[in-house]
Amino acid sequence: MTALTVDPALLAPGRRESHPGGSRLRWALSDAGTVTWRNLISYTRIPDAIFFSSVQPIMFVLLFRYVFGGVIHVPGVTYVNYLMAGVFVQTVMFGAVSTSVGLAEDLHKGLIERFHALPMARSAVLAGRTTADLVRNVGVVLLITAVGYLVGFRVQTSPLSFVAGLLLILFFAYAVSWGFAIIGLSASNSETAQLAAFPVLFPLTFASSAFVPVTSMPGWLQAFAIHQPVSQVIDASRELMLGGHSNLWSMSDVWQSLSWSAGILVVVAPIAVWRYRRTA
Amino acid sequence: MNAVEARDLVKEFSGKRTVRALDGVSIDVRPGSILGLLGPNGAGKTTVVRILSTVLVPDAGHARVLGHDVVREADIVRRLIGLAGQYAAVDENLTGRENLRMVGRLTHLPKKITLERSDTLLEQFGLSDAANRTLKTYSGGMRRRLDLAAALVGRPPILFLDEPTTGLDPQSRQDLWVVIEGLVRAGTTVLLTTQYLEEADRLADRIVVVDHGRVIAEGTPAELKADLGTTVISLTVPDSATARSVAAILSPLAPRPPVIDDATVELTVEEAPRVAAEALRALDQHGVTVVGLTLREPSLDDVFLRLTGHRAEEVAEVASGATSSDEGGTPSHDREGRR
Repeated sequence: MTALTVDPALLAPGRRESHPGGSRLRWALSDAGTVTWRNLISYTRIPDAIFFSSVQPIMFVLLFRYVFGGVIHVPGVTYVNYLMAGVFVQTVMFGAVSTSVGLAEDLHKGLIERFHALPMARSAVLAGRTTADLVRNVGVVLLITAVGYLVGFRVQTSPLSFVAGLLLILFFAYAVSWGFAIIGLSASNSETAQLAAFPVLFPLTFASSAFVPVTSMPGWLQAFAIHQPVSQVIDASRELMLGGHSNLWSMSDVWQSLSWSAGILVVVAPIAVWRYRRTA
Repeated sequence: MNAVEARDLVKEFSGKRTVRALDGVSIDVRPGSILGLLGPNGAGKTTVVRILSTVLVPDAGHARVLGHDVVREADIVRRLIGLAGQYAAVDENLTGRENLRMVGRLTHLPKKITLERSDTLLEQFGLSDAANRTLKTYSGGMRRRLDLAAALVGRPPILFLDEPTTGLDPQSRQDLWVVIEGLVRAGTTVLLTTQYLEEADRLADRIVVVDHGRVIAEGTPAELKADLGTTVISLTVPDSATARSVAAILSPLAPRPPVIDDATVELTVEEAPRVAAEALRALDQHGVTVVGLTLREPSLDDVFLRLTGHRAEEVAEVASGATSSDEGGTPSHDREGRR
């Protein structure tokens, strides 16, 4: 490149145009919005990320619908209808790994250091990351819904009830994403973050009612599978999408699922924020 | 009032073993000047910058930027500073323009000013053509310029540059030096860390030398060199084995032991002509052929060697070699913590 000729006048330190006017909350929201925007743009430019959040869930739908589905029998419901709630939850659970990986990368590329030195809200990095992951999850569940319809999935209740089921899953995903933020902020690099996430992810996702009825599992596993939050969320959203097939329709599963999500969020969000403040 | 003032900063990092990265560092930067913080890798330079830029909280001591305490008034300090580092902290999936706009928004500039300023900076830093390309396609020098541009979006009166030219090719380094000089002419106060003596000599009005978390010398480049008050006699002999015996022969002639660098022996003395003549006589008696002889004023490198007992760049190379696997990926406390 040619030698730079910088006009000093243009670089002169100015009177600060930044206007700290406006409430802290307003700036906190604005900053979270900016970081969300940045994460979403960044995300659309990583081919791996797009693959894992779109192609992979589609493959799971097809795998369980056509490969394993033939041998799994769930009384009173077609397997493709049973399957979809499980795929939704499994997808957003796996997607939460990207919260860990994204934060670990920001940390190690020095971006968080730059953020620490800017007059932005302290909450914005975590809020922006989890919100971007939420937005991505919305896109992904809509995509899976479309693929599900193509392979025979039909909502048995009402569209409104189906949307309520999706919201239940998205809220849970949002809470879990804050938990995975802690892993991302604690890992020594993004590969470690990814590895550390899976031992948490696997038992919760697969020892659940996602793909098979828990009654088919051995007793000791059943006890875990029935009571763990992932199953609760799957059961509740499944009821909202299909109506009560196993239990009588009752809202108690929905409330339990909401309490799990809210409870997880209340516990992990402050830990994540505390961890973030110590990352410098 | 000093633009930047730090008093007795102490910072420890706990890990496998606790490392005292800063052990009572005090510095002052006068408004509109460049202070060069000079020292080898792990000396504590980055830790000083991170405390001054509110990223880290010191364990003891305090610091002020334009009169504002970096801990208690961190929010105000953040509006007064720009930070650019050796690890070019930018999002590589964003374009150059997007990166600058993001920083502008997070600095709470009005949107119009953010847009204008981003374009002006891209142009000024020769990045207009690359403005809409993602950073993955940028060279090291381009990234470093974008990183500096990002630090300038808010037009900060105080700029912290943490090893801004480490790892850059000579041309890119020259370019950045020109930019930094321009910034200071325009009134910006700069605190710059570097392990390059040449860089400190060229840019800094004052230099603070740190090693092992302590300030070991400070002054203008001229003062530091004058402190030696002496001349360096440099003798070149056919090979390094001869150089070692020459050093043994000559050591009674100088107050400090001779320094051997391959086939060159250097003596730092006060009466250069007399000692040089004596040295040549002594070597002649021992039958040693002298290939070259020069007398020179001490360089900053000599100052550093005298102060720390090791050469700055040598140590820097060894240290960066030991941590090269972490290039671009290690949080700074690890970088600083390793010694």
